Amino acid sequence: MNVIRALTQNKVAMFGFAVLLLLSLIAIFGPMLYDGSPWKMVQRPFIPPFANDRFLLGTDTLGRDVLAGLIYGARISLLVGLVSTVIALLIGIPLGAYAGYFGGWVDEILMRFTEVFQTVPSFALAIVLVAIFEPSVYSITGAIAIVSWPPVARLVRGEFLALRNQEYVLAAKLNGQSHRNIILKEILPNSLSPIIVLASLMVATAILLESSLSFLGLGDPEIMSWGYMIGAAKTVIRQAWWLSFIPGVAIAVTVLALNLLGEGLNEALNPKLSGKREH
Amino acid sequence: MKPLLKVENLSIRLPKGADREFAITNVNYELMPGEILCVVGESGSGKSMTANAIMGLLPKAIQVETGAITFDGYNLASLEEHRARKIRGNRISMIFQEPMTALNPLMRVADQIGEVFLIHTELSKKQRHERTLSLLKDVGLPDPEKMMSAYPHQLSGGQRQRVMIAMALALEPSILIADEPTTALDVTTQAQILKLIKELQEKHNTAVMFITHDFGVVAEIADRVVVMEKGQMVELGEREAVLNNPQHSYTKKLISAVPPLVAPERPLLAESAPVLTVNQLCKTYSTGGGWFSKPRIVKAADDVSFELHRGETLGLVGESGSGKSTVSRCVVRLLESDSGEILLGDDPIQALDAKALAPFRKRIQMVFQDPFASLNPRKTIGQIIADGPIAQGMPVAQAMQKAAELLALVELPATALDRYPHEFSGGQRQRVGIARALAHDPEILVADEAISALDVSVQAQILDLIEQLKQRLNLAVLFVVHDLRVAAQVCDRVIVMQKGRIVEAGVTKQVFEQPRHDYTKSLIASIPGADWRSGKTTGHAKTLEKAYA
Repeated sequence: MNVIRALTQNKVAMFGFAVLLLLSLIAIFGPMLYDGSPWKMVQRPFIPPFANDRFLLGTDTLGRDVLAGLIYGARISLLVGLVSTVIALLIGIPLGAYAGYFGGWVDEILMRFTEVFQTVPSFALAIVLVAIFEPSVYSITGAIAIVSWPPVARLVRGEFLALRNQEYVLAAKLNGQSHRNIILKEILPNSLSPIIVLASLMVATAILLESSLSFLGLGDPEIMSWGYMIGAAKTVIRQAWWLSFIPGVAIAVTVLALNLLGEGLNEALNPKLSGKREH
Repeated sequence: MKPLLKVENLSIRLPKGADREFAITNVNYELMPGEILCVVGESGSGKSMTANAIMGLLPKAIQVETGAITFDGYNLASLEEHRARKIRGNRISMIFQEPMTALNPLMRVADQIGEVFLIHTELSKKQRHERTLSLLKDVGLPDPEKMMSAYPHQLSGGQRQRVMIAMALALEPSILIADEPTTALDVTTQAQILKLIKELQEKHNTAVMFITHDFGVVAEIADRVVVMEKGQMVELGEREAVLNNPQHSYTKKLISAVPPLVAPERPLLAESAPVLTVNQLCKTYSTGGGWFSKPRIVKAADDVSFELHRGETLGLVGESGSGKSTVSRCVVRLLESDSGEILLGDDPIQALDAKALAPFRKRIQMVFQDPFASLNPRKTIGQIIADGPIAQGMPVAQAMQKAAELLALVELPATALDRYPHEFSGGQRQRVGIARALAHDPEILVADEAISALDVSVQAQILDLIEQLKQRLNLAVLFVVHDLRVAAQVCDRVIVMQKGRIVEAGVTKQVFEQPRHDYTKSLIASIPGADWRSGKTTGHAKTLEKAYA
């Protein structure tokens, strides 16, 4: 596999990959290994980081363990980011594929429908959706998916428009292949690379969106998340800036790692595009 | 006479992982003032490499290893960039293959040419304007005043190439490098551009380095010829000597692969019922058009009628925009025609919907033009060939068995089954494309420019293969082709199309020897190297004998 080899040679992308791997391990196993609840009040509030041996990153406004919050928050951030991206792909790819492949009025209708979602400010729409359906992990994930599929549909449509007149697709038509077969087996595999790249960047955006929603108090009240931690600490930012800063760094590192990996994937999957920059 | 440009022991190294170590090895030649030197070779022969090295157009990963390019006392291979830049464009200029992309689409012709003067000279605005205008007159553009303010998209391919030539000649360079400047053009336009280059070269006494793959073009304009093979210079000599008495076996092979313009006598076919009948087929494209403007209507097929019989090769020839591809695509129902009748045997298929059409698909199949775009890069060769029969309901195992047989039929090894298209050369891919078309046991094979993307020696092989298969399987072949030399060789009958209409149809030999329509005459007259071919057919036969001896 050339792609994997090209990716492993890209140091920056591998750094992003390593960070993500570490985060995933923390998200999966952290809560089992780390003894502590993110909700329980364990000490006096406002212990700064590295001041107490028992609670490395200190405590928050209510005396809860910040490190425990970070570990539990990693789980929710990655989960929401991943699941919402998968849902967005499941909506966007078929829509874009149909629009691009059939063209004509199918394209018109599907694209006008997509534009409805594109013209509404996505964050406002997400807030409204979460507010209507009661904040919960499910509604948040769903809302993020609903506001983030239009770019996927656009991208897939563009790819399909470009590929549907390739000679191998025409040959498949002459072979008497069904539309379903042509879409799934001829065109889709050849348009995967940009979709994969977009997906990796969408996970990053979804994590940001989830944090923003939690920051505004629209997070799932049952679940500790990085956005919630920042939101809870915003009133004390002048006395205890680190309470906002630490989860902020966690978000920034995750998003950066995803972007680095996405960029690396882009270069590995589209060698022609990236090659120019090196020369 | 002192040579203008001297290439000495030039070797250019390719980056690691390329198919060979050096792009070119130990190339030596000289360019004399006022001569036209043709550099000939197939794709991958490294024929453009030297020119790119002269112009500093080599990609960063590719470096000149040894040797020198001496021009006016400077070694261009090692000269600093800012000094080389003064020589390029000013003293040495270049024209490219693709006139569509070599011009900036947002600049008017006058600005585009004027820019050359702006960068390299101190001329005033008015002087620039005058010089530009006289250049446009020089290259024979119609209505030069109006051309000055035209944008590239308003010009035809040939006109664009003329603008490119005007730009290249603007500073009266001592050397003009032309990299396949006529390859993207139609044959009649090509003839005009070749004539223009020759005229201008004589008028300004410019030395021209002309890179081409076509020996016809060589015969048309070369003074001396350099033949390249896989990065090696295999032959260098005067035109007459190289063309009529080639020394190296590769040159002989290349020349013998150029189809001669004479149509061979072909046995008349027995009368039979046509397998394909097309009656009064019409297809119009309308583009643009909105609330305030009328759409542009192009008649791509206008009242086209013909018949195709079993065991026959029917050529559909014409220049780009003649509608020949449109007709072929309507016939296989990749395009919907507006009116007319398409009969497969006795069954009309023109109006059938997708479901009713499915059983007829098997009987008429197509081989596509671009061997690199016609195979799905994510499927193995076996899957590509077997897909069709599987879609028509054949069990998978049996279809794979059949794919293996077909591979043998098109002379590819059985090991190809599990490999992917990128592992194969253009000619091999085209064989796969043919195998795919034959997987349905069709009666009719439509070859849409099936060989025009291939090198001449590969072309000859693929043509042979199609001819063999035709006879063995008693196929009817509809051969869409723009190269009349190819049509003359392989077709029993030809149809000449112009602007969507059939202007002439008949038995190949007759059409080529006694063309009736003016357009056919001009097409035949424009074929590069026609004189060399027809005037020296005996000489050619001799070289052929030698080549095969």
